[in-house]
Amino acid sequence: MQQRRQLDEKQINRELLNGNLQTPKWYYPVMGVLGIGVLIGFATILYMFNRGLGVTGLARPVYWGLFITTFVFWVGISHAGIMISAILRLTQAEWRRPVTRAAELLTVFSLLTALFFPLMHAGRPWRIAYWLIPYDWARGIWPNVRSPLFWDPIAIGTYLTGSTLFLFVALIPDLAILRDRTTGIKKTIYSMLALGWRGNPRQWQLQVVAGILLSALMLPIFVSVHSIVSWDFAVTPAVEGWHSTIFAPYFVIGAVHSGVSAVVTMMCLMRWLWKWNNYIRPEHFDALARLLIIVATAWLAFTFLELIFSLYGRDAPEIALRELQIFTWPWNLIFITFLLTGYVIPVGCWLFKSCRNNIAIMFWTSILVNVGMWLERFLIIVPGLARKQVFVYTWEGYWPSPVEWVILVWSFAWVSFLMLLFARFFPLVPLFEAKESQVFTTEMKVGRATVPMVIRE
Amino acid sequence: MVAEKQSKFKWGMAIDIDKCTGCQACVLACQAENNIPINTEDNFKDARGIEWIRVERYWEGEFPDVKAKFIPILCMHCDNAPCEPVCPVYASYHTVEGLNVQVYNRCVGTRYCANGCPYLVRFFNYWEPEWPESLQNQLNPDVTVRSRGIMEKCTMCIQRIRRGTRKAKRDNNEVMDGDISPACVQACPTEAMVFGNQKDPNSKINKMKNDKRSYTLLDHLKTNSNVWYLAKIDEDMDSHHEGGSH
Repeated sequence: MQQRRQLDEKQINRELLNGNLQTPKWYYPVMGVLGIGVLIGFATILYMFNRGLGVTGLARPVYWGLFITTFVFWVGISHAGIMISAILRLTQAEWRRPVTRAAELLTVFSLLTALFFPLMHAGRPWRIAYWLIPYDWARGIWPNVRSPLFWDPIAIGTYLTGSTLFLFVALIPDLAILRDRTTGIKKTIYSMLALGWRGNPRQWQLQVVAGILLSALMLPIFVSVHSIVSWDFAVTPAVEGWHSTIFAPYFVIGAVHSGVSAVVTMMCLMRWLWKWNNYIRPEHFDALARLLIIVATAWLAFTFLELIFSLYGRDAPEIALRELQIFTWPWNLIFITFLLTGYVIPVGCWLFKSCRNNIAIMFWTSILVNVGMWLERFLIIVPGLARKQVFVYTWEGYWPSPVEWVILVWSFAWVSFLMLLFARFFPLVPLFEAKESQVFTTEMKVGRATVPMVIRE
Repeated sequence: MVAEKQSKFKWGMAIDIDKCTGCQACVLACQAENNIPINTEDNFKDARGIEWIRVERYWEGEFPDVKAKFIPILCMHCDNAPCEPVCPVYASYHTVEGLNVQVYNRCVGTRYCANGCPYLVRFFNYWEPEWPESLQNQLNPDVTVRSRGIMEKCTMCIQRIRRGTRKAKRDNNEVMDGDISPACVQACPTEAMVFGNQKDPNSKINKMKNDKRSYTLLDHLKTNSNVWYLAKIDEDMDSHHEGGSH
């Protein structure tokens, strides 16, 4: 049963701004640890730039490895924002309210992190301008529009721009509240960011319209971004495991699976770190877990479809590839782990209401999903390359080098660092959304029970 | 496309597998001609050796009835090359003379072309190339030394093709069949490899590619390869197995 707590506006302001107006005790130690991780990561990246890609484990024929896997992983995580804030907003799901900003923020920061990976996996990253900037230099050569690697920066750039705008539009009313509660230089900065927000009806109307318009505009991106990322692989006829027409929807649904799970992880952390038990409640986890059961099952269907399509052709190289992926050490271990962590364990738990309402279980299962989703990308990219055609005479395996593992860990530290940095200066739960939901929810007596209900605009 | 039609040349190669003894002279000649770093044992162990042409060896049968078959594999210079459309910076492109070449200056090293290539004939420079002191003066001045971080591949010895066509132009001659030969072709002791202009109706390569033994590799991918192989004549095999029995 949904619980409803009547909160007054003062309490909402006080509780949701408790991380902004003063620094929590755990904040500096945590930031220190993350900061060291980030510095080590950047040092490793510079070391790699200095020495060359020889320091990675890449070798013929596996020319793409952990970096591209992690790139796909972070772009997948970024689908959280658009799913939660655009789709649930347009479908008027009430329970989205407390998590919209955190989800959108995760989108922005995971995209920023994802962008690092294709750049640093290039052999000469300092020449990247040739690739990314569609500008006709004196050479008279434009980037190649036929290449999926050129579609990538365009898709991700659009997504990043849209998400940043979305985040900012939703932030304006809260910035005004912070402006009114700070002094000195902070006040100046907040008032510049708040763009003269006074909270009059016309401003509210514009803000709501902008939000709805941006969600509608971003819906196509929801489909396009991960489709385009999947086409990096799907348009390559030489690689048996990649050349598949099913990749675009398969990647999109997988991205939603991992993205929404990442939001669950983040909600658990927010509830735990800032004690926002009044705002992030078990019923939110319940709703997200129900959504995730459907998404995960659809994604599993695509996973099996991909296998069936490849076996149905009875093409010898393709079957050899699946044998490697599923039955050969160490890929068989990765495959089993991926299946268990990506689907069996989490969905098995989510089927039970007691698990859906248990924050600790939700936390660990959502982390398991993302372990599984990372392994899934690794399983698609690496074995596919290792057995791409009969002329792959060097049947070398690939295992990432320590440098690559450090950079993988760095990406997690970097995203967490950015999120916490943001959380210090801006509220992670939108205040106006929390207040709005207080206004829109009311109680109704049905027989003996009191049921919470939502007033629609 | 118009420029390709107007061009006098369309280069190609034919390799008679029946004549190949697997002596690796072509591999050595290519390394020397094209400034390819020395492939040490460690390079091979890391699967990072660079060989623009390689001789693949296939054993057939059990001892003592054992046979070795050799097939030299180099860039097929496909007309419909899978490596070309995927490059975001046009570093991998097709010349009007039908060659698939790599523009080293433009390459940023995404390695996408190498993933696209089904023949595995594109190579990445993981480190800055190095030569022992004694070989410093051996480098070919006509060929760029590739820096780290870029792809490289067989060019059909474009420096030799340029030299040949320029010389013919200077002397007001036509380029005759056999005037130009890449290092591998020149070094082949059994003359198994033939290089030539497909637009010259009398060229040797045209005769070879129309031979009934001729085939191209991974034909089902429709890459329209410009390197033809002439199948091995194996008297022990059924006649209908001839051709493509590599």
